[in-house]
Amino acid sequence: MSDWPILSVVTFLPLVGALFIFVVRGDDEVAARNARWVALWTTLVTFLVSLLLLPGFDAAAPGFQFVEKKPWLGEIAAYHMGVDGISLPLVILSTFLMPFCILASWESVKKRVKEYMICFLVLETLMVGTFCALDLVLFYFFFEAALIPMFLIIGVWGGARRIYASFKFFLYTLLGSVLMMLAIMAMYWQAGTTDVPTLIQHGFPAQMQTWLWLAFFASFAVKMPMWPVHTWLPDAHVEAPTAGSVILAGVLLKMGGYGFIRYSLPMFPDASHYFAPLVWTLSVVAVIYTSLVALVQEDIKKLIAYSSIAHMGFVTMGIFAMNEAGLQGAMFLMISHGFVSGALFLCVGVIYDRLHTRDISAYGGLAKRMPLYAGAMMVFTMANVGLPGTSGFVGEFLTMFAAFQKNTWVAFFAATGVILSAAYALWLYWRVIFGPLEKESLMKMKDLTPREIVIMVPLVFLTILFGFWPAPVLDMTSHAVNFVVARTETAASAAKTAALLLSH
Amino acid sequence: MYQAIVFLPLIGFLIAGIFGRVLGPRPSEIVTTAFLFIAALLSWITFFRVGIGGADTRVQLMHWIYVGDLKIDWALRIDTMTSIMLIVITSVSSLVHLYSIGYMHEDPSRQRFFSYLSLFTFAMLMLVTADNLVQLFFGWEGVGLASYLLIGFWYEKPSANAAAMKAFVVNRVGDFGFMLGIFAIFVMTGAVNFDTVFAQAPGLAGKTIHFLGHHWDAPTVLALLLFIGAMGKSAQFTLHTWLPDAMEGPTPVSALIHAATMVTAGVFMVARMSPIFELSPTALDVVTIVGATTAMFAATVALVQNDIKKVIAYSTCSQLGYMFVAMGAGAYSIGMFHLLTHAFFKALLFLGAGSVIHAMHHEQDMRHMGGLWKKIPFTYGAMMIGTLAITGFPFLAGYYSKDAIIEAAYASHSHFSVYGYWMTVIAAALTSFYSWRLVFLTFHGHPHDHHHYDHAHESPLVMTVPLAVLSVGAVIGGFVFYPLFVGHDVEHFFRHSIFMGAENHILHAMHEIPKWAVYMPTLMMVIGFAVAYWFYMVDRRVPKALAKSQDALYQFLLNKWYIDELYNFLFVRPALWIGRTLWKKGDGMLIDGLGPNGISARVLDVTGQVVRMQTGYLYHYAFVMLVGVAAIITWFMFAGV
Repeated sequence: MSDWPILSVVTFLPLVGALFIFVVRGDDEVAARNARWVALWTTLVTFLVSLLLLPGFDAAAPGFQFVEKKPWLGEIAAYHMGVDGISLPLVILSTFLMPFCILASWESVKKRVKEYMICFLVLETLMVGTFCALDLVLFYFFFEAALIPMFLIIGVWGGARRIYASFKFFLYTLLGSVLMMLAIMAMYWQAGTTDVPTLIQHGFPAQMQTWLWLAFFASFAVKMPMWPVHTWLPDAHVEAPTAGSVILAGVLLKMGGYGFIRYSLPMFPDASHYFAPLVWTLSVVAVIYTSLVALVQEDIKKLIAYSSIAHMGFVTMGIFAMNEAGLQGAMFLMISHGFVSGALFLCVGVIYDRLHTRDISAYGGLAKRMPLYAGAMMVFTMANVGLPGTSGFVGEFLTMFAAFQKNTWVAFFAATGVILSAAYALWLYWRVIFGPLEKESLMKMKDLTPREIVIMVPLVFLTILFGFWPAPVLDMTSHAVNFVVARTETAASAAKTAALLLSH
Repeated sequence: MYQAIVFLPLIGFLIAGIFGRVLGPRPSEIVTTAFLFIAALLSWITFFRVGIGGADTRVQLMHWIYVGDLKIDWALRIDTMTSIMLIVITSVSSLVHLYSIGYMHEDPSRQRFFSYLSLFTFAMLMLVTADNLVQLFFGWEGVGLASYLLIGFWYEKPSANAAAMKAFVVNRVGDFGFMLGIFAIFVMTGAVNFDTVFAQAPGLAGKTIHFLGHHWDAPTVLALLLFIGAMGKSAQFTLHTWLPDAMEGPTPVSALIHAATMVTAGVFMVARMSPIFELSPTALDVVTIVGATTAMFAATVALVQNDIKKVIAYSTCSQLGYMFVAMGAGAYSIGMFHLLTHAFFKALLFLGAGSVIHAMHHEQDMRHMGGLWKKIPFTYGAMMIGTLAITGFPFLAGYYSKDAIIEAAYASHSHFSVYGYWMTVIAAALTSFYSWRLVFLTFHGHPHDHHHYDHAHESPLVMTVPLAVLSVGAVIGGFVFYPLFVGHDVEHFFRHSIFMGAENHILHAMHEIPKWAVYMPTLMMVIGFAVAYWFYMVDRRVPKALAKSQDALYQFLLNKWYIDELYNFLFVRPALWIGRTLWKKGDGMLIDGLGPNGISARVLDVTGQVVRMQTGYLYHYAFVMLVGVAAIITWFMFAGV
């Protein structure tokens, strides 16, 4: 198994598919259909190959696995890939969601199908690369390059205000990355390498950590997104096509959380401790603020987008609780939110494809005509609300549980999110699914098609399965997370000892 | 066997829920109902084996969440407390399933109804068999979901949707406290499973916990946080508003969920957590105050309601208050006793009311009823038994359990025992009044709506059989179980499933109270009956005149103390206003205005000088916005800690 570069295969296989589509000639319906099928098969095979990582993966082993290392860019950087318990679930999440995206775009995307599929396949490569990269320069390359296909997806295939939304998205994310680039350079000059495993053990001077932490924070906070740099997300979601929203919410947001866990915590542990209260505050504000804003939204997608921000608030809160439960909870919540929010956006896509509006007020009483749809939507809504027995609960519970041990105020305020999320999610469900079926335009709405059922069933199944049996994910992340916790704790205690020595 | 009790309803739910539309309504009804009857039979066996026989056990199912020190299992804890709840839940649920076959026979989506009923039963069983707090929380939220689905079962009615959502959200307010309670318990004891928590509990006495910036007495904080959860689920005063609205659901649902089982979960939880409550006199005082206030408040509102189900709903609310008074007095077994008897007679009253509503073609306003006893004599008989039982007529179920609570309240050493005693005594008179008022308005006097009256008919057998069974329970439930819950066998029966401190002698003290205090509730029952008889049998002009002369008071009661209006003013509208302001002003003007929109405006203005301009804004953005604003808030939040 270990003799062939499986990570590179998973990463670059979509690119091969993209190349295939690229060389297909013509712009007619046949070419479009071929592009769809190629994209679907590519993503499916990629997913299957990524599953091959599982049997070979040893969750208990320290360090990175499936490591590949080749020289690249001379002395400065190397092509260094590898996964551990933190990145592997995210890799699989990415490859898992892609086929759904292709399927969801099967009929709704009609113009420039070829280019659309190419964008998605390139995006997949870049996402997987982001999670596998073990070299800062390589990571930066994937991390930033992922912006471009997403920018195009929103800007070309988006809704009415797509240009505004795509530029806003671009501006925001670019902003943070400029600072991160500077930080990476500084790290190279200080440590003499951009190799991640080395840097994790390096230990930067405390003063420098502060600045590096802030620079990385600027980038990751925008990606998460954290309050107050979140306003690009609702706009981007509203304008993005369904599949774009799925990837945005499902994977791209997780890059921020991944970045915190992989880089900020182990590389700048002192600064992480120093800034933890700030992050907690921002997280709590995000939870309450965006939940309240979600309450009054009139656009379904915007509502779900705001609820995503609130959930990411739980993630950052858990990460910076810097204990095992917090990090495990944050990881689990990211995975769970990945497919739950993806599924919610797919659900919105289902009715958007039929009625071409996202206004909540345009709907009502769908349960009567679309019982299957109503059932699927109920499961995802409940997962979004964090009902025990769905995957949404485990992560939320663990992050709050972790926060309570660090600071009861944080847990107290975050727990109000439990009330608010019930309010906005159920009110949405009421207005869209329940109520009398009175509107003329809704009378002919058809229930889920077989293609849509194929999309929904696995997601419903996973949502409930992980709710009752979260062990597969928790076990996978456990050791890697513990390593990060240990790293931050030794740094903290070392800093304490140093402070004590100085004071004497 | 224990797995079968819990999982048969789940299987029934899955069959009816997934294949219901393929199978059709009848097979779905039969499957779910049959499974429930099997579960009920097994539950009674469990009751005798575990409750009476003392064969406590624990069944491990699988691991749930294992993270560091936090170890949460899926497991069934079978002890006396569980076995009491098992017979309550499965008996009432199976009868309600059976009853619903008749009651819902015209509804096109019956299979959905039966699947929800079974889902509810499963969640409730998970709640009472929980072996740790988190599994209990799973059941807790699960019954909330089922309740939400069933209240909103007729989803085309806006009022049903509003009620369903209100029930869920108000319950979540309670859950908020419950969750914090779970976290706090873990911090203090290092576990969430009952065995460890209870073993650690005695050591908590005198310890403090750092919570929200202060050091508090640990058992008090833990108990009160948990009690917030109980208040939500059991509709106690201030978090009760969802229960009357929940009557929008079909009547069998009201009988099962909003009378007999789910709403008693809070009582069960307090009894289950007695090792912690017992350590904190302060928390027990709060429980007494809240319980007594609810008992009184709900009874006053029930006096003037006209909807037959609303009267019974407030009555339920009031009776739950009684149970908490028992808990507050430290008489956990008596509270559980009332939970058991109440389940029988209140389910009876609700199903009886359902039978009336069924006969009257879904008319619920008692002002349009009257004289029905001739038309539906069997239902009348059942309702009579239920009424006698709830008012505490000698030797019926309520006589034993309710009077025991009042006596315990008198005997308790709590600072608020006088308050608890008098509130429950007066509420007993009110209970008797509104219960008899319901009977007189519905079954006696002259018919007010001749069209409905002429078409009224007795319910079919599937509906009357459950009434008969529950009637038997309401008659004999009291004296059969009295020795186990109040009398000599309490210690032998409950063993370790409830905990009473060394100084807690309430079960003895309550037998030594003065004679007048013992006869007071019975006297109150007679007074309530007499007044109701005078008002509604002798001269019906009296209550009308009274309402007119005391209009302000009448309106106050009729509008349920205006609490809904108050909450709307205090919470709902401000939340929406704040949300809108944050969205338009916060996101729109402040963040976007200073950030991306400002930047893009400049981009359009001075395209050529992009670089210089952007660096300028970068600086502002990254440091002023991100750090500045956040630093201020951090300071606000942490400066006081």
